[in-house]
This record gives sequence, structure tokens and C-alpha cells, in this order.
Amino acid sequence: MDKIKELQDIASQVRRDIVRQVHACQSGHPGGSLGCADFLTALYFEIMEHDPSFSMNGKGEDVFFLSNGHISPVWYSVLARSGYFPIEELKTFRQLNTRLQGHPTTHEGLPGVRVASGSLGQGVSVAIGMALAKKMDGDDKHVYALTGDGELQEGQVWEAFMFAAHNKVDNLIVTVDYNGRQIDGDTDKVLSLGDLGAKFTAFGWEVMRMNGNDMQEVVKGLKEAKAQSGKGKPIVILMHTEMGYPVDFMVGSHKWHGVAPNDEQLAKALAQLPETLGDY
Amino acid sequence: MFTNFEVKGKKATRDGFGDGLFEIAQQNNEVVGLTADLLGSLKMNKFAETYPDRFFQAGIAEANMMGLAAGLATAGKIPYTGTFANFSTGRVYDQIRQSIAYSHKNVKICASHAGLTLGEDGATHQILEDIGLMKMLPGMTVINPCDYNQTKAATMAIADHYGPVYLRFGRPSWPIFMPEHEFVIGKGILIKSGSDVTIVATGHLVWTAMEATEILEKEGISVELINIHTIKPLDEGIILDSVSKTGCVVSCEEHQRNGGLGDSIAQLLSRRMPSPMEYIAVDDTFGESGEPEALLIKYGLGKENIVAAAKKAMQRS
Repeated sequence: MDKIKELQDIASQVRRDIVRQVHACQSGHPGGSLGCADFLTALYFEIMEHDPSFSMNGKGEDVFFLSNGHISPVWYSVLARSGYFPIEELKTFRQLNTRLQGHPTTHEGLPGVRVASGSLGQGVSVAIGMALAKKMDGDDKHVYALTGDGELQEGQVWEAFMFAAHNKVDNLIVTVDYNGRQIDGDTDKVLSLGDLGAKFTAFGWEVMRMNGNDMQEVVKGLKEAKAQSGKGKPIVILMHTEMGYPVDFMVGSHKWHGVAPNDEQLAKALAQLPETLGDY
Repeated sequence: MFTNFEVKGKKATRDGFGDGLFEIAQQNNEVVGLTADLLGSLKMNKFAETYPDRFFQAGIAEANMMGLAAGLATAGKIPYTGTFANFSTGRVYDQIRQSIAYSHKNVKICASHAGLTLGEDGATHQILEDIGLMKMLPGMTVINPCDYNQTKAATMAIADHYGPVYLRFGRPSWPIFMPEHEFVIGKGILIKSGSDVTIVATGHLVWTAMEATEILEKEGISVELINIHTIKPLDEGIILDSVSKTGCVVSCEEHQRNGGLGDSIAQLLSRRMPSPMEYIAVDDTFGESGEPEALLIKYGLGKENIVAAAKKAMQRS
């Protein structure tokens, strides 16, 4: 089967998992999760060399850090579907005694998660720390991180960006979910990010762009980013996505950032998302 | 009077940190160091010069430094972060809370220039809330050693303890009176036994409490003096054993009364052995510029204050 088609099918199932998780507990963040489904699917099913038997230190494998922890539903689905824990466990999302906490954490020992995230702006720093350790250990694998675009309003990320360029952390690939939305509205209205590409360039990063809701582009973009690694500069991908993609009544609106669908909305969303691998 | 605790010169506790870090780095290849533009103040120069590949200069960016440390720890390194206590705690509380404490990372948060004895820089830098901030975090070990030797020993011992640690020390040159000893996290040290009043001290104020003890003993009061270097987990046994004998206690620390060592002792006693207690601590106020000794006296942390507190505690018992 065509690899892209296979990845698209996985992403479709991941999107079903997202809306079903969020619907079941009537809380969580479907918008950004849906928008990043293609990216995380490509990362875990095509790009990264990783071992679902999971070791915390990630020695000898590519590792991923989710900085915008509120899009946990997409990460949980991708982790489960790639073998880190039973797919059935997605039923427990946000329920009492679950390992699938509202925001990802190591505290309950969920395989695949290496640091807690949720309070924004912290993941890139942690990813850089891991990337430094890989260099020290002569480990040639890569460190990936995903951050939201609204998250870039946090000051810590710019400390991290400055550090990574100064220290030539070139085994690091950071992707920005550039959907232009945050809880209170469009990022341009809440607090404009300005010319992000120019800012990253000025900070000494290699800047790439891709459409995060086109699987072919995502795979191509991530492969190009990997090819750019090891050249003395950290790499950032400005990934254009639509919050809520491709569910017609959710797409492109910040209103679905952190709201769960009701029964009717769930049915409507699922009707647009083919069940490819079987629902849990 | 203090047979095993003879004064052998003076050095700053931060020197103990710098020397301890260098020595443990020689023994343990996983030890790495980070600073936020305070290499010299933290006495990390020798480590950084000897092990440039294991040292990271974060610049004036403490939040990122804490995240870097969390990432390095995730990969199996044992990161020691070094900056002032204020910038090690209050400035980066959320980073420590989420990326280090909640994530149970093996990061050693090493904090110099804590308390009033920072001196002339004044209240912006004299953090007096850091012990409270750190001890409230689940899983965080909190250590406040009292002199050069103890700081050096603690710096080395925490490498063998898996989990986040807050190690607090200070700026001024201070008497060295602890023998070179094996540092056991969570185990208090009996400096002197006695029967009338228990004095429990941490950090620089252990020395001040020793001075106060000499005065009290001359007046015929028998003092039991305990050094609690680990505020969390607290050595409950050594405190309960002592208070069961003396019936009253004075806590001494260079910290706010709210949230400090005294607070922890009071919680212990209220649960297990309600007893009269007096606090030597800063009473809900900020510090100011001045010489360390003068500041301790102005804010009620001098030896005479400890003497008066001991007598008051005894009167109440």
C-alpha cells in the first residue's frame, strides 16, 4: 500500500480517537489535537526511530517532547496506536486513577512520556537538555519537540531558542503548530507573534515551513528537516495547520480549543472521519 | 564544650559547594553542571575549567536552565544547577514544579547567597522564602548545610540520591566547625547533649546557636543542640527524643518563620508531642542592605536572641 495513504488512514483513526476521548469525559482539547494529527502520525509511524518498549533515557533512539501538553489526546492516540500502551486505555482519558492525565505526565508512569507538560513554554528547554546529552554520549539520534504558536508568547521559549543557537544544538528539530489561534481568539488579536520566520532567523535558527495538514508535505518536510540537521544550527519548522481540521464545524475556530463535542456533534464529527483501524 | 566541633578557620559554604562539585565530578562521570551567569559566585570555576564538556553556561536565563537540567536528567545525567537562591526558586518555581518535581527528575538545584547573610545587595536578593517554597513540592529533598565541610559533604552525597534536591547555602565566610564527615541525608546531628532546652538549628545559624549555647551554659542552663541539615525529610526521631527529655525547643534559621524549619518542627510536635516552642526566624518582613552580622542582629537572629528565646521556652514549659 502507498505509504502516504497508510499514514493518512492512521491519522484518520487518530482523529476518531481524539474526538471520542474528549467526548467521553466531556473535557479536553480537540482543536489543536485534530490539527496536529498528521504531524504526530508521520513522526511516530514514519520519521522517528523509536522503541515502544520505552526507556526513559531514550538512548540510541529518536525522542519526542510535547510542550503544548493540552493536545494530549492526539499524543495518547498515536502512542497507543504505535504500541506504547494498550489502545483500550484511551477509554480512561481524564478519568480518576488514569495514566492518561489531562496533561501528559511521567507521574503515573505512562510509557512514551518523558516529562510533564501543560504549563506552557517549558518543553523546548527540556528537549535541548536531552539533545545536549545525546551529543555528550555520542548518540547520533534526533530530538523532536512540538510547541504551540500561542505558547511562543512565553518568555522561556526565547531563552531556549537563544541557547540552542549559541550552543549549535543541531540535533534538535522543533515544530511550531502555527494555527494562529489560542483560547481567547486569534493570536494576531491576543498578542501578535509578528514575523515568526524572521524572528527565528534572527535567533540563528534554520527555518523551514510546511502545511501540517497535508500528509505528503508533512513527511517531506520532516525528512528535509532531518537532512538539515548536523549543520551547526537548530531547526524549526513553522507548520501551518488548521485548528480542528478536518471536521467542518470545528475547523479554523479557536472555539474548539478546549471544548468537548456533545453526542450530536460527536456523531457529526465521526461521520467525517473514516474508521480505518477500528475504534477502541 | 563542643568536643568534636573545633573551629578550624573560616570559609564560605559556597566554597564547600564548589569543591564538592569538583570532587564528585571526578568520581562520577554523569555529573554535569549548569549556571546562569554566576560561575564565579557559585565557585564552579574549577569544575567548568576541568570538565568543559560537562559544563553548560545558560546565560541570564534561569527558566531555560531548569528545563535544560530536566532534559539532561531525563537522559541519565546528574545535573547540578548553580545560581543565587532567589533565582533558583522563586524565579523558576513553575519550571521546577512541572519539569523537575512533578516529573521526578534527578536534578540538584544548588542555591547560593540565601538569606540575610547575603548582606549588602539587599532584599531583592535575600530570599527568605526558599525553604518553604521547596519543601512544599512533593518529592523534593531540602538541605541547608551549616559550614564549608558540611556543604562539601552534602554536595557530594546528593549525587547518590536519585530525585530532585534543593541544596541551600550562602555567601559569607563562616566558621568551619564540622569535622569532615559522611553526609547522610535526613539524619540530624547531635552537636551537644543537654537537659533543659533543645535548640534545633540549620544553616549558618548553627554557629550562632553554638555561641548562644556557650552563654546559656555559663548561666547554668543545660542545652541540647541539634543540627538539622535536612529540612525535608525531617529527622523526626532526633527531635522527639530530645524534646521528650527537655520539654521545650527553639528553632533557628535564616528564613521566614512561615514555611521554614521551625514550621516543620511545630507540625511534628503538634502531632506527636505538643511542647512550648520559640522561633528564631525572620518575622514576616523583607530584609535590607547591611553587613551580615548586623543584619542577623537587627532581624532578631543573633546569639542574644537565641539566649532569650531559650529562656522563654523554658519558662513556658
